Amino acid sequence: MKTPILAAGFLCVANLAMAETPVLNVMTYDSFVSEWGPGPAIETAFEATCACDLVFTGAGDGAALLARVQLEGAASEADVVLGLDTSLTAQATATGLFATHGQTVEMTLPVPYADANFLPFDWGWFAFVYDNTKLTTPPKSFEELAASDLKVVIQDPRSSTPGLGLLLWVKAAYGDKAAQVWADLADNIVTVTPGWSEAYGMFTDGQVDMVLSYTTSPAYHLIAETDATKSAAAFAEGHYMQVEVMGKLAATDQGALADQFMAFMLSDATQAGLITTNWMYPAKTPAAGLPAGFETLITPEKSLLMSADEAQAARGPALDEWRAALSQ
Amino acid sequence: MARRPFPIGALIAAILVLALVLGPIPLLLMRGSGALVWADLAALRFTLTQAALSALLSVLLAIPVARALARRRFWGRDLLITLMGAPFLLPVLVVVLGVLTIFGPRGWLVEIGLPMPSVFGIQGVVLAHLFLNLPLVVRIILQGWQAIPAERLRLAAALGFDAAAYWRHLEWPMLRAVLPGAALAIFMVCLTSFAIALTLGGGPRATTIELAIYQAVRFEFDLPRAALLALLQFGICALAVLGAAWFTSPSGFGAGKGVVLAPFAPKGWRRTIDVGVLISASLFVALPILAAILRGLPGLPDLPPQVWPALFRSLMVAVVSALISVGGALTFALAVAAGRRGFEWPAMIPLASSSLVLGTGLFLMLFPFISPARVALAVTILVNAALALPYAYRLILPDARSVQADFGRLAQSLGMTGYARLHLVTLPRLRRPLGFALGVTAALSMGDLGAIALFAGERGATLPLLIQRLMGAYRMDAAAGAALILMGASFTLFWMFDTAGRRDADT
Repeated sequence: MKTPILAAGFLCVANLAMAETPVLNVMTYDSFVSEWGPGPAIETAFEATCACDLVFTGAGDGAALLARVQLEGAASEADVVLGLDTSLTAQATATGLFATHGQTVEMTLPVPYADANFLPFDWGWFAFVYDNTKLTTPPKSFEELAASDLKVVIQDPRSSTPGLGLLLWVKAAYGDKAAQVWADLADNIVTVTPGWSEAYGMFTDGQVDMVLSYTTSPAYHLIAETDATKSAAAFAEGHYMQVEVMGKLAATDQGALADQFMAFMLSDATQAGLITTNWMYPAKTPAAGLPAGFETLITPEKSLLMSADEAQAARGPALDEWRAALSQ
Repeated sequence: MARRPFPIGALIAAILVLALVLGPIPLLLMRGSGALVWADLAALRFTLTQAALSALLSVLLAIPVARALARRRFWGRDLLITLMGAPFLLPVLVVVLGVLTIFGPRGWLVEIGLPMPSVFGIQGVVLAHLFLNLPLVVRIILQGWQAIPAERLRLAAALGFDAAAYWRHLEWPMLRAVLPGAALAIFMVCLTSFAIALTLGGGPRATTIELAIYQAVRFEFDLPRAALLALLQFGICALAVLGAAWFTSPSGFGAGKGVVLAPFAPKGWRRTIDVGVLISASLFVALPILAAILRGLPGLPDLPPQVWPALFRSLMVAVVSALISVGGALTFALAVAAGRRGFEWPAMIPLASSSLVLGTGLFLMLFPFISPARVALAVTILVNAALALPYAYRLILPDARSVQADFGRLAQSLGMTGYARLHLVTLPRLRRPLGFALGVTAALSMGDLGAIALFAGERGATLPLLIQRLMGAYRMDAAAGAALILMGASFTLFWMFDTAGRRDADT
């Protein structure tokens, strides 16, 4: 007879305890929180140390993330936004929604990177990925690619961050000659997809010779599928980088916890986990180094990256050039 | 003659639909000031061209197929009719990859040595839209054929009609009643096409208004501009609805006893043509589906366990949205059939809405009050129901009109109203289109991502979202396997509803 009352009592206590546990809301892109992304492991590990409840919210892909932050504005429940890339940080800073992070972390990025609001957590080089059993002499530059009759698929810079990355890549490498490069590439680009998944799916289905992805993409196939047939082509112009960053929202009510989380993201264990769940390079190489298999990847001789303001300024004109060249 | 009471139910449904579909626009417009730019004109031109071409070709090519299906009886005919429902239900990505596997630069047709022009460009966009929509139009027209009362067919036979007379007196009036609506529905669904238009369009030449909306919302965060673009889509939609109404005329066959009879089936060269038409149509529909099945099979053995709860959620969303959607569509169709033409608008307007604008607007509406992730499934159900409503409406309307024309006065003179009339007269006569409409809307709701992306939380993914997540994590085989499960489930759902509607009603 007394059990239900007792149980009810315990329930009340449990509820009280729940109410006192602080909640840290982290907004990120959808594939980060998915069962196959880094999210679940990070959640478990962080909750073991923080005496808090870490809640990830997925908001579409990288491009949709900033839109979501802006939609929610200062009323957002989110404390940390994770997964913007450097082509979007100028726009993110301009919203005034982000706070300075105030942390100094020794990074291992190939180029110096510093931003008062945003901390990198991983990064990668964009690259064209191909099947090395079908293509034995891959192009070594945009010019060689344009001169070849290889069929490539890219993503639309108006709807996807890798697409935008390629736009900035060509601009950073060729400057005023970018329009000409696009015009030369036009007959190689069979089509443009709305997002990365559609393009990569067309590539793995064997519909195209090359796809715009990352130098680390072959590592996924090698490590997770023991499939060594995918490679990335090294381009002489250098490779543009995608740096994925996180930032604390100014309106957060969990400032200390947010700082703790951002530091946790850059800890050895988390960084090591990111490599084989997000398939990117760690922002701070863990003590154990990179996992076996990464030594087979190409290392570009030159890394290209525009500053946040340069990227913001270049985007509009570069988009017009791109559209004009490919609409012929 | 006493006027029938004003349809209060339809009015309430109309207010709900309009609030849901148009409500987001002022919300977005209030967030600053945006403007349309020169490039939007090119996008408008491309959007209109591809949508018009897709609609026109779908309708023209569907006529011979539907006619052959209506007048020939052969083994596997039922299966073929069911198969005609399939492409429409496929997730967009499966359609794109399926079409590419057959018609692409490394596709089957190229492999067997056929000289294929490039599939990328407006031809590819139209081809994929044909694959998606042609079978649906076939089904709609086929229904029209089957709705010609057996009494008229017997009369035609007794009078010794030749093919020309048959066409003039029976087939053409039926098509006049059915085709404009079908063309309208296809035109409007192609209007808001996004992933197909972009992926198969071959680049920025193939920019649609929907892509411009994407860009405005996601990269520029220019919500007023997105709202203006959405208004542009609604404007085109309004013109299209008016245009279709102008062309539509009732068939005026009068009442029959509801017996379905195979129409006059000419022998000789007409038979050979029918056989050819049926074989080509079957191949056109079946090959990309076969490609998708073959692509999905290797992924089946190691499907992640998350697929099953996601499938369950998707099924629930699908059935509930289908019931809401068909309920609403029936209300509108009966009101329009009874002469309240105004209800045509709320029934058709959701077709022109951009799911991104809809999702963003709903988000802005709900966000101040409740955490979006908590209402993700409810919002998905509501949005899917609204987006699928026009299809259900189009499928139900022709028969609702016939019932009204044939039995309206009788029912009224008997003083039969409300539930009794619905139960005894309307529903039994509408059983076939209702079953078909439930099947189509349920399957549509299964495959549609629509507005869910903005609302999705950490858990509670539907199957399409799960497929997207698998692809985002490089797991293309598992994604193809999960897509096969989605296809199978959609198709089963469609088949169950459709069969329930056709039982005892066919042959």
